[in-house]
Formats: sequence, C-alpha cells, structure tokens
Amino acid sequence: MIKAILIFNNHGKPRLSKFYEHYSEDTEQQIIRETFHLVSKRDENVCNFLEGGMLIGGSDNKLIYRHYATLYFVFCVDSSESELGILDLIQVFVETLDKCFENVCELDLIFHVDKAGIAGAPARAVSAVKNMNLPEMPRNINIGDISIKVPNLPSFK
Amino acid sequence: MALKIVKGSIDRMFDKNLQDLVRGIRNHKEDEAKYISTCIDEIKQELKQDNIAVKANAVCKLTYLQMLGYDVSWAAFNIVEVMSSSKFTYKRIGYLAASQCFHESTDVIMLTTNQIRKDLSSPNQYDTGVALTGLSCFVTPDLARDLANDIMTLMSHTKPYIRKKAVLIMYKVFLKYPESLRPAFPRLKEKLEDPDPGVQSAAVNVICELARRNPKNYLSLAPLFFKLMTSSTNNWVLIKIIKLFGALTPLEPRLGKKLIEPLTNLIHSTSAMSLLYECVNTVIAVLISLSSGMPNHSASIQLCVQKLRILIEDSDQNLKYLGLLAMSKILKTHPKSVQSHKDLILQCLDDKDESIRLRALDLLYGMVSKKNLMEIVKKLMLHVDKAEGTTYRDELLTKIIDICSQSNYQYITNFEWYISILVELTRLEGTRHGHLIASQMLDVAIRVKAIRAFAVAQMATLLDNAHLLTGNTQRNGICEVLYAAAWICGEFSEHLENPMQTLEAMLRPKVATLPGHIQAVYVQNAAKLFATVLRSQEGNTEGTAAQETSQLMIDRLPLFVQSANLEVQERASCILQLVKYIQKLQQKDVEVAEEVNALFAGELNPVAPKAQKKVPVPEGLDLDAWINEPPSESESEDEKPKAIFAKEEPKHSRPRHTEVDEKELARRREARKQEQANNPFYIKASPSSQKVYQDAPGVEHIPVVQIDLSVPLKVPGLPMSDQYVKLEEERRQKERAEKKKKEKKKRKEKRSGRGKKHDSGPESEEDITPAHMVDIVTEEMPENALPSDDDDKDPNDPHKALDIDLDKPLADSEKLPVRSHRPTEAPKSPAEDGDTESAAPQEPKKKSSKEKKEKKKDKEKDRKKSSKHKKKKQKKEKEEKEKKKKKKHHHHHHHSDGGGDESVQNGTVEEEEEPLPPMSNYCLLAENSYIKMVCDIQGNLQDGSQVVVSVIFENKCDSFLKSMEFNVLDSLNSKLQRPEGAGPHDGLTVPFQLPPGVSNEARFVFTVQSIVMPQKLKGTLTFIVKNEDSSTHEKLDFKLHFTCTSYLITTPCYSDAFAKLLESGDLKCSSVRLEGVNMPFHHLLARICFHHHFSVVERIDSCASMYSRSIQGHHVCLLVKTADQTVSIDAKCDEPSLLGNVLDEIKQTFSQC
Repeated sequence: MIKAILIFNNHGKPRLSKFYEHYSEDTEQQIIRETFHLVSKRDENVCNFLEGGMLIGGSDNKLIYRHYATLYFVFCVDSSESELGILDLIQVFVETLDKCFENVCELDLIFHVDKAGIAGAPARAVSAVKNMNLPEMPRNINIGDISIKVPNLPSFK
Repeated sequence: MALKIVKGSIDRMFDKNLQDLVRGIRNHKEDEAKYISTCIDEIKQELKQDNIAVKANAVCKLTYLQMLGYDVSWAAFNIVEVMSSSKFTYKRIGYLAASQCFHESTDVIMLTTNQIRKDLSSPNQYDTGVALTGLSCFVTPDLARDLANDIMTLMSHTKPYIRKKAVLIMYKVFLKYPESLRPAFPRLKEKLEDPDPGVQSAAVNVICELARRNPKNYLSLAPLFFKLMTSSTNNWVLIKIIKLFGALTPLEPRLGKKLIEPLTNLIHSTSAMSLLYECVNTVIAVLISLSSGMPNHSASIQLCVQKLRILIEDSDQNLKYLGLLAMSKILKTHPKSVQSHKDLILQCLDDKDESIRLRALDLLYGMVSKKNLMEIVKKLMLHVDKAEGTTYRDELLTKIIDICSQSNYQYITNFEWYISILVELTRLEGTRHGHLIASQMLDVAIRVKAIRAFAVAQMATLLDNAHLLTGNTQRNGICEVLYAAAWICGEFSEHLENPMQTLEAMLRPKVATLPGHIQAVYVQNAAKLFATVLRSQEGNTEGTAAQETSQLMIDRLPLFVQSANLEVQERASCILQLVKYIQKLQQKDVEVAEEVNALFAGELNPVAPKAQKKVPVPEGLDLDAWINEPPSESESEDEKPKAIFAKEEPKHSRPRHTEVDEKELARRREARKQEQANNPFYIKASPSSQKVYQDAPGVEHIPVVQIDLSVPLKVPGLPMSDQYVKLEEERRQKERAEKKKKEKKKRKEKRSGRGKKHDSGPESEEDITPAHMVDIVTEEMPENALPSDDDDKDPNDPHKALDIDLDKPLADSEKLPVRSHRPTEAPKSPAEDGDTESAAPQEPKKKSSKEKKEKKKDKEKDRKKSSKHKKKKQKKEKEEKEKKKKKKHHHHHHHSDGGGDESVQNGTVEEEEEPLPPMSNYCLLAENSYIKMVCDIQGNLQDGSQVVVSVIFENKCDSFLKSMEFNVLDSLNSKLQRPEGAGPHDGLTVPFQLPPGVSNEARFVFTVQSIVMPQKLKGTLTFIVKNEDSSTHEKLDFKLHFTCTSYLITTPCYSDAFAKLLESGDLKCSSVRLEGVNMPFHHLLARICFHHHFSVVERIDSCASMYSRSIQGHHVCLLVKTADQTVSIDAKCDEPSLLGNVLDEIKQTFSQC
C-alpha cells in the first residue's frame, strides 16, 4: 500500500503532500524535511530506492523516488508494492500532470494545487495505471519527452 | 438585502484566492510566517461570512496552508459546511480539506455521517466518487459501522468508476470495523471476476492487502487466484497475485509445487522486469517453503540465481539493487548457490551507489567461511580506509564485526588476528561505534581464555597511546574502546608484561578529560593494577618500590576525587582512602599484598543478556510478602560491601537451588541445554567449559588449554592484521602436512574439545583447525530458565482484528448494520436452515444479534403459518434437539418446579433456557404491489420530545423506484421534523433509490409534545416507478401509529433502586389480568421486554419485576405474576394515563398471540 506521496522541490519546499495515515502537521513537515535530506544528497545515477527506516510507520517501508528537473516525487510504500511498479506509477503520474497542464513545471503545481484536484490525482493515477496493461517503460525519461499515451482519465476539471 | 449581496460579491472580488495566496507567500520570502499569519486572520474573517463561495475559497487556502505545516483543525466545522454544499466544485474543496486534516479524534466527524451518506447515494457519480475518496482518508470506526452497508451497496453500482472506489474503500472499512469483513467478503470475492479490469484489480488489491497480514484465512481463495494468474494479462494484477502467493506458500507447500511451473513459464516469457522480479521473488519463497521436503529444485534455484545475476549485472542501478535484495533471500536457505557468485558481489562493493554497497554487504554476511573470512575482512578493511562518508564507513565497521562474530565466532580461526582487526578499527576517525568495538574486545577477552595474554598486551599498548584516540574531540565515539582496554588490563593484570607502566598510563592527568563512565573504569582498574603491582614488588624487593607505588596512587587519585562525575568521585575517594591505609601499613612493614589482592579475587563470568529476565520465580516464593516483619533494627552483617563490583563467585549466584533435589536439577539442566541448542539466540556451550562450572568452583582449576605458540604473541607497536593472514596461511600449510599423521587423534579431540558449535561446518571447513584451541566460555544463564522469546507482535496492529475465518458460512446474524442497530430484513431467501442460527461466532453486540435472530425466526413463522401442521412438527423436532442437553419438555408452566433459586437480574431474559419465540418490532405500515413499508418507532433518549421512526422500504416489483417522498400530515401534538426552510406540508425526500428486490431503511424524526396518549398520523409516500420504457408516478397512503410503548425506552434498573422507587409513594397504581396466556413465563417476559421496552429487574420463579422509563422521564414499574395460564400485572407509574395506555397495549400484544 502507498503510505504517502510527497512532492518537493530541490530546496525541500513541499509542493504537494498526501499522507494516507494521519500525522500531526509538525510530524508531517518533519517527515518531509528528513525525506528531503535523504533524497537530496543522492547522486543522479544511483538507484531510486531508499530504505526509509522509521520515517513512516516502520521498517517495512521503502521510499521510492524520481527526480525530474526541479521536483522530487517520493512515494513511501510498504512491501506489498512492487518497487519497479511504483517507479512506473510515478512516471505515469508525472505524465498525467503534464497532460493536464501542458508541459508541467513546478510553477503549475504551485499555482494550481487545487485546480487539478490534485491531491486526488495520485489516487486516480493509481487506478488509471492499474487499468492499463503497462509495457515496460523506458527509464529515466525526461519530463518533456513523453513516449507513452496516457490513458483516458476522468477529467480533472 | 440585495445591497448586502452586491456588497458581498464586491468584497469577494477583493478576496485573495489561492493563487494570490501562493503568489503572496512567494513575494514574502523573508517574513513568510508573518505574512501567513495575516492571511490566516483574513481567512478567519472570510469563514464568518454566510456566502458559501467565500467559505469554500477560504477552506481551499487553508488546505494549502495545512500542507505547509500550519494547523487548521480549528476550521473543521467550516470544512464540514463546505462539504455539505450542493455545488460539486465546493463540495470537492470541502472533501479535499477534510481528507487532509480530519482524523479519528476530530470531533466534528460525527456530524458528517448523514452528509456522507447523502453524497454516497447521490445520483451524480462524481459526488459519490469524491465522498468515497474523502472518506477513505478519515474513516473512523463509527463512520465505518454506519456507512458499511451503503458502501457495500455501491460495490454493485452500475458505474465501474464507483464500483472501483467502493471496493478499495472497503479495505479501510474492514480495518476500522472488523465485523464488516465477513458479511462483505462474498461480494468482494465476486468483484474478483468483475467485467471491468479496474474493479477487478481493485478487488485483487484489497484481498492481497488483507491476505498479506493473515494469509491462512485466504488459502481457500488460492484456486481462484491461480485461475486469475494464468488468465490475466494485466501485469499489475499479476504482480499483486504473485506477491500474494509468496505470502501463502509458507502455509501450504502443495500450493508451492503447483506454482513453480507457471511461474517459471512467466519468468521465461515476460518482458516486464517488474513482473520477472516478482516471479523470481515468489519462486524463492516457494523454494524456501519447500527446502525441507523437496530436494529436486536445484534447477529452479539455478534459474533464479541466473536471472538475478542478469539483474545485478544490468547497468540500471535499480535492477542491480533489487537483484541483490532478492539474492539475500536465497542466501538464507541456499547459501551455496549464492556463494558461487561471490565475485559479482564483491564487485558490487566497489559500486558508487551506497544503497547497492550496503546490499552487497548484507550478502557478504552469508558468504564467509573459515577459509575466506580473513580475505573478505581484509577487503572490507581496504574499503574502510577508502570510504569517504562516515555513515557508510560505520556500516562497514558494524558489518565487519557482525561477520566475524556471527554464530558465536564460528568462522574465526585465529583470535589474535581478530583482536588486531579490532585494534585497527579503533583508528577510524569519527566513528559512532566505539562502544561496539569495545564490547567485542570485552567479549572476546572474557570468553576466549587463551587470548587473554595477547589481548592484554594489545590493550596496554592502546592505553599507552590513548592520546591518539582522544586527541581530537571529533573522535569522541572511539574513546569508548579505552573503557574496554582499561577493564581488560585491570581484570587480567596478571598477564601484563609491565603493569607499572600501564598503571602510570592509566593515572595520567589527561584521563580526566575522558567521559565520566570511562574515568570510573580507569579508577577502579587502577586499583586492581595496584594490587598486582604490589604483589610483584613485595615479593622480590624491599618495601621501597611498593611504597613508591602507593605514593603514586596517592599523588594521582585526588585528581579524580575532584571529578564532577559522582561515580568517579566516589570510587576515587574510596580507593584513595584504601591506599592511604595500605601506605600506613606499609610504613609499619606489614605485608599487605595478599590482602589487597583478595579484594579483587575471583573470576567474573559473562552473563547472558537475558539471564536476569529468565530467572524463574521459585514455587512458593511470594515476592511481595515480607520475609521478616518490617524491622525496626536492621541487621546489616550479611551485606557485602563489595557487592557493588559484582565480584561474587559463581557459587554465590545460585544459593536458591539448595531446595531442589539433584534429580530435578539434572532434568532441568538437560531441558535447558536442549532449549539452548535449538535457540539461535543462545550462545552455545562447549561441553568442557560447562563442566568447569559444575565441578570446580575455584578459578585456579579452570583448565586453560595450552597454546601452541606457532604465532608470536607479542607484536611490537600497533598490530597489523595482515601479517596474521600470512602467518595463518603458513600455519595451515604446515598443518596440512601434519594432518595425515594426526588425523585420527585430531578427530577425537575435535569431538570432545570443540563441542557442538563447530560440528555444523562442512567437512572441508573442518580441515582448518583454529590456531589454538579456543576455550569459549559460555554466558551464564540461570538454571531452569523459562523458555520464552515472547511474541513481539504489536498489540495495536489493526490487522490483528482482521484475523477472521472467512470460509465459515455466513450466519444469519452477520449482517452489516443499516442505519440503526436494527438491520433490514433481507429479501426473502428460500428455505433457510433454522439451525445455522446457533453459529454466530464473532458477534460484537450480543443483544443486537439476538434481535436479528428473533426477527429471522419471525419471518420463518410467517412463512410457516400457511402449513401449520408441518410447522408444529418442525418446531417440536427443533426444540427437542436443543433440549436434549437439558432434559426438559416444553410446557409453559414447567418453570415453577424447576428450582426456586432461579433469578435473573437486569436485562432481558437469558436465552439459554428454551428457544425464544420469534419476535419483531417492525410492523407493517403499508403495502401495495410496488413497495412494502415496515416501521419501528423508538423514543429518543437524548431529546424528551423526539421520536424516531425507522422505515424499511422494500421494492417488490421489477422496476426501479426513485424520487420517493415521505410526507405526514402533522397533528397539534406530533410534527414531522423537516429541514430548515421547508414548509410545514412539504414532504421529505427519501435519500436513496431502490433497485428491484432491494430494501433500505430511512429514519424520520418527529417531535411530540405530550406522550401520555397514543397518536395516529396519516401520511403518504409518493414515488416514481421507472421501467425500461416508461415511468409512472405512484403513491401509497399509510397510518403511523405512535403507541405509548414507543415512548418508553429500555432502561436497566437495579433492584435496590427499584425498591426505593416503589417505596417513595409517588407512583399511581393500576393492574390488569390476562387470561389464557399459553406460553412459558420467560417467553412472556421476553415479549414484554422486547415489544414494550421493559427490562427485568428481578425474577423469582413465576414472578418478576420489570422497569422502564419514558423519554420524558416517567418511571413505569411492573410486577408480573403467572399461575395457571393467568397472568396478573400490577403496575405503578407517576403518570396514570400513560400507565393505562401502556397496560392496554400489553394486553393487546398478548391477545394477538
């Protein structure tokens, strides 16, 4: 199960956060900060998995992240999720955003947090991805370079 | 008014929207907090306005601020307001905010129940969707209980979009309200075969998530999943299913055998790496579960390892990582197959990615053997030197220690080498693991007797060079090793080459800069050293040298006496005084060395970490009881002043065994050994040392094995572990040459001398004998220690509650609650077995289950009325069955001779006695060919003027019923509560639609003024019948009958309170006689309890007192007696007309049956 979805920029500013378990606001911010510290010091060409340790709910959990231009997309998941699957999911999520905003960039997320109904978007992306039969995706795609068609999602507007 | 609206909308134009807020925050980078606090003030103002658009905008901004870490819980109520807006755009904002900041302790959540229910049944699928999404984030046990049924209905919604969400949210409902799992599970199972792949995948996800935590309950689904696995082409679903199988196989090895083939096929055929990886993982799990039974799966193992090798060799770091991860799983059971890839793994140690290096390190743990340990550790030591980040270096350090110390130092053949490694590790800069190295040093020095001399020499060097370790404040962690060094030098000072030099090193002024606990050890061990030095000096020269040593102590110790650390201070002052006393004796030429040494005589034995916990409390020992009466004069002659140093000899540690006889002792010891042998957490005893304990109490008798000095013990300066590697090689070669000659003898020696722990090694390993026989002392454990290792399961784990058997057929009582605690009647199902009622295993509320059962029976009765003969026969049979145990026959008056002491208090009559007759509170309201309405009327305890009418609507036709409107013509006394703004004659919309054959319940609230008289209200239900081609408007008239009974509320009452009430004299009396009542007394009572909301206060034989209370607080007391089919009821109440009406109603109830 996905425990949390965090999006923050290269400076650790949260751009979108969704916790699927309740934490107090302070704890949430602390988790975001710590996650940022863990993720930000990693090189570009290392693997995308991090053992999250005690960040969210115990050692069963992993952080799976991708770094696009100025944004980090971090999913915290437990062991019932396929690591590679989540990586693909992040990809689809980003592509969905890209489709919604036409060439998504950090500013879109900042200014349209509500418009995209965006906190719901990850969940929708999850179901959308699960609907389609994914071919193995090329990894480390650039954000502007979309090679897969995003399936028909329920409209966000 | 109009002006106000205009003004409001103009104001709105100047309000900030979210974009403005974000822009503002970005423009105020320096004083962000201040800016936001002014924004929050604005938002507070906006929330006070009536305009819902303004509120929604404010809530939207709050949601953003919440994400930035500001507490917005104060606006919870406003969020609920926005949630209940009818406009979707606002509603969505409300639900989004709620999902972000509501949680179980948010109290306004209870206000949302009805709103959410309304949204769930909204005709607009997006309303439903947003409610489901929001609910999934903040569902509470209450919400889960109240809404479970609605959500379950949505699982069969026409739109896959809703079905999918409903299925997913059921998981959250199960977590919060475990009772819902069994009733909902059949439908969830259906969804596994839903035509829509999204819904199917959602169902797979939910079941996988459930099964992962309690796999054994889902084994029966294996065939279904197996079918899905072979038929589905959706990789996401496949991955989930395959992961699920990974969890199931350990429980059912037969499943594993079946899985191997399709999984292998998938591995060969799939192009998706993620699927391949999960397949490999599950095959590994299967092989692990089979590892004991089936030997012939080496092909599969080979395939897995080979595929993993491909992953590891891939340039994609992610695959490399996962490959190593999976490899470590194989390692546990099939270390051999992994060991052949040692090259690859060692290569990964050089990877630039830290995560990968760490994974590779994990794997190394399982790859060492006696042969390659030195080589691998050497390689790791090189990495330690190269590593730049401290975390990775620390990780390396702990791994080195882990690898070396694993399974009781199984792979170490040369402990001198190990000590040198430890000493080399102390030269690491800035490590956090000083204490780890220290504890290893202590452990080895204490437990490996043969190594002590060498260890002491090394430690003395360390102490001499302490400045290297402490010089830099950054290296603080490492100074912990000085703790070990000082202790080892002190405790085993007899091995010291030059104790005087070490003593001086330990008393250097620089020591005072060390942490307190280390200083304390220094001081204490300086005293031990002093004792040793004294002995050697007194022995061979005249007193002056010894006196000089004493003087040295007296000179240096005051430094420690001034220490801020209390323990250092205390120990230093004690020892200082002692030394001063010794000096005095020395000046009188008294020989003191022996006595000083006696202070520290005796061997310290290692004690297992859990030993203290495991000391069993002997039988008959009450730890809380006084051993002696609390003494006024305490005798302290038994107290040993030295106990603080834990110097007791082994013998002293178990005086309590004296009472256990020898035989018992031997038996327990045997049991303990057995247990230890099976328990990986115990460090196992080599038999020889065990014997030492039991036979020889004195330290002198411990046979320390002679060391073959093929390795020089003294290494000048700090040791270089490398030279041991070389020496070891030479030694092994030499040994191999000698081996043939000695072989026979050695074998014998091995068996007797080295004990169990070495036996596990393979034959080739056995050839390498340790450099010297190592006599590893066991850690002490108390005799007959309790077998434990408690389950460390988290008691708060929500999944524990979901450990529910799902294969049992559903009992009738297991239904999801509908709206109230009274469930709807399910559409008639043909021929239900009456006996299933007995199996209602996990029912949370006994009472409600009872009610359900009763209703069930009621239905049966209705059905059977048509064939009365048959029914009677059946009933008799059934009753006889149940009565076999009790040997009673059913006649209503049998109870009077059943024994005089039967007495039931407080509550409804117990069910066990005889089967209760079926009863239902729901009475028919109205019925036509389209719809049937049954209703139940209940008073509202919280509000003395309210009555709640629960109406179950049942669709009897084949068409869809919608737009139902419920309306009642109000009387002066009773009025239907309508929402604010509705006219007094407007109808209430029923908040759901009815598909064919479905029933659902709605509740309506009425206000009543006087409750002393029964009331009748006329009402109408209008609805639209929708066929495929046409829709017609229909109506149904009904009469609502508010009996006085419905104003009564079942209230328990204790007999003493009841007696007081009767004595008070405020109550008016009335009585009634019922003739010809042909039913057992307890049935009669149950009927009164059930239909008229009374509770039994006390029952004696055929006489019972009962109590109830009206919603306006009237007390109603009954005394019911029965004799020969006549029941007399004496009643008292403070309101005579109410009482009269209630009694009439009771009479009517019994006249009907």
